[in-house]
Amino acid sequence: MKVTAIRNGRVIDPANGTDTVGDIFVKGRRIVDLSEVSKVSIDQEIDASGLIVCPGLIDINAKMGERGSSQSSTMLTESNAAISGGITTACIQPDTQPVVDTPAMAHMIRTNTEQQIGPNILPLGALTKGLEGETLTEMAALKAAGCVGVSNARSAVRNTLLMRRAMQYASTFDITVFIHSFDPWLTGNGRVHEGEISTRLGLPAVPEAAETVAIARDLALVDTTGVRAHFSQLSCARSVDMIAESKQRGLNVSADVAIHNLLLTEFDVDGFNTMCHVQPPLRSENDRSGLRKGLKEGTISVICSDHRPCRIDDKLAPFVQTTAGISGLETLLPLTLKLVEEEVLDVTEAIACLTCNPARALGIKAGSLAARSIADICIFDPDLSWTVDPENMLSGGRNTPFVGMEMRGKVTHTFISGKLVTG
Amino acid sequence: MPQDVQIDTDGRLKHFISIQALPRKLIEEILALAESYIDFPTRNIKKVPLLRGKTVVNLFFEPSTRTRTTFEIAAKRLSADVINLQSDSMSTVKGETILDTVKTLQAMHTDTFIVRHKNSGAADLIARHVPPHVHIINGGDGRYSHPTQALLDMLTIRQHRHSFENLTVAIVGDILHSRVARSEITALNVLGAREVRVVAPKTLIPTGVEKLGVKIYTDMAKGLKDVDVVVMLRLQMERMEGQLIPSPREYYQCYGLTEEKLKNAKPDAMVMHPGPINRGLEIASSVADGQRSVILSQVSNGIAVRMAVIAKIMGGYSKQPKPAS
Repeated sequence: MKVTAIRNGRVIDPANGTDTVGDIFVKGRRIVDLSEVSKVSIDQEIDASGLIVCPGLIDINAKMGERGSSQSSTMLTESNAAISGGITTACIQPDTQPVVDTPAMAHMIRTNTEQQIGPNILPLGALTKGLEGETLTEMAALKAAGCVGVSNARSAVRNTLLMRRAMQYASTFDITVFIHSFDPWLTGNGRVHEGEISTRLGLPAVPEAAETVAIARDLALVDTTGVRAHFSQLSCARSVDMIAESKQRGLNVSADVAIHNLLLTEFDVDGFNTMCHVQPPLRSENDRSGLRKGLKEGTISVICSDHRPCRIDDKLAPFVQTTAGISGLETLLPLTLKLVEEEVLDVTEAIACLTCNPARALGIKAGSLAARSIADICIFDPDLSWTVDPENMLSGGRNTPFVGMEMRGKVTHTFISGKLVTG
Repeated sequence: MPQDVQIDTDGRLKHFISIQALPRKLIEEILALAESYIDFPTRNIKKVPLLRGKTVVNLFFEPSTRTRTTFEIAAKRLSADVINLQSDSMSTVKGETILDTVKTLQAMHTDTFIVRHKNSGAADLIARHVPPHVHIINGGDGRYSHPTQALLDMLTIRQHRHSFENLTVAIVGDILHSRVARSEITALNVLGAREVRVVAPKTLIPTGVEKLGVKIYTDMAKGLKDVDVVVMLRLQMERMEGQLIPSPREYYQCYGLTEEKLKNAKPDAMVMHPGPINRGLEIASSVADGQRSVILSQVSNGIAVRMAVIAKIMGGYSKQPKPAS
């Protein structure tokens, strides 16, 4: 088996409390136990001096393109984009075409990804059939077929009784429920945060209560059912407070936030900037501070890209007619490092939000550089500056509001299951 | 994304999308020019040859009578050729995007588009994607902006009052959905009105509207107290869905402008309405047709203001773009 030595890198492995300059050895698919290093002969050396070596990034929410899709983004383009961003595992929502509501669909996604070189794709199964919020799916079978949890994606489960039963049922089989909490009536056809900008631009608005009302409902149901729940993409400061309070009471909940909600606000939408059209919307300065505080205090443990590639035409229309989303795989790491620059997190905490913390929320064995773990590794140069240029993006979606912005930190090498796939 | 698509690098008005970000001086210039056009209908020769050979396209993705007609008359008085395209005759219903529609028309060497669209930001979007010699005038987009309506109201106020400085203006009705309200609030603030009020039930007042420079009133009598100008907005019942207001009757009781309620305003207060009016829903006939109503002069001022805007934009650009040397 081929052995690669990664020498003199700053190894940051939050799962094991490591932050030290040293060597990592990869043999076959796995990381070599340091006590056994003397017994192996090195085939390949990577000089990582000045670079940071960390576990491969785990993106808990990304759309990864679909097979046979007519869109410009396919599974192949998105895999390449992920690899170049140091992402070795991506969790996808069940709102694919067709919906992942049968074991066959889940099985197909797992098989497709195993056949090509790219990040490990982990599907979430649908919580209800067709995401219609009316009938439960065969969750036990979905789990057996490789789904790491269940979710109703961005379709609200309007029927509260059904939501409760779905949670009870998921809990029966020890399945985590992933929830995008929003009230469909308060959301309506809203596109931007309800506040000064929505009023000035005359755009339909999503009030804060659209999120907090739904989170209150869902937390009450988590409380009575005892299910393990993960709240996806919080956008409001008050939501963070509610999650914090429920954790304090001992509820088994975790939460994530999309990187753009930590960096941008409603004001970035000004001038009808459709690149900043996202769901949930960019909210107020106060919300952004609240999300950052929640991250610092650990209420939110995961940062995701919420990668949603779309064609540029889908952004070239009057605001309400445009598709929501940002193509974010390639900027997830450098944007997260901006939070380090702005002293929201230290570098170990930042890496934890992209590695071991999402692994824990997903209940998977990944996000660690411990001996004998699968060698998913990201190596990056924390000081290398580069500018976001749509022409250089590998994703089929060039929809990003960060065009022209200088990023610090660039991935140099990505290993997936011991295989060097870039660099 | 550049904030101001309206002014070119030489400081000239290139597009007219919104009152926001326009300097006061420019607005006053347009109003002064409009004033010079007001007596046009009484002149012997009712046309000026300013835009001979130019084409103005009324590109209306949403139905309109008075805005389209007054733009058409305005452009014709300036001697431009006018083409009218209404949404039902346009290929957007066949799935063409609005940018493609505009590109196709541009290829026919048209110069200026007056755009009306149901979605906020449509005119801004088009203005950012047309070649340098094409001009866009916003004829109303979504809930965002209706700048010529705001200017014609400013012109109407100016004809009756010497200055904006001491004026208190109340805008009454569906502020939430109204592009007219948004444009007027901005225009009045830019021109230095002392106080702008909005008067409506809370369901029709958008969050954060006070940041645009208004005081919020929910009580009609208090909101009209000592105002100089009352602007009534059209209530579109089909938008209310029985959820924003319970019934036309209750709305009229609380917010309809009757002679009784008008007594709260100053004795010489002006009553305005962008039209079309719903008699007995937001305004009593006796008020709409009464002495203090300037609703009809608003309509005729609409032609003068639209002439001024078209002239300001196209007249300043009368030459073809110079070839690159």
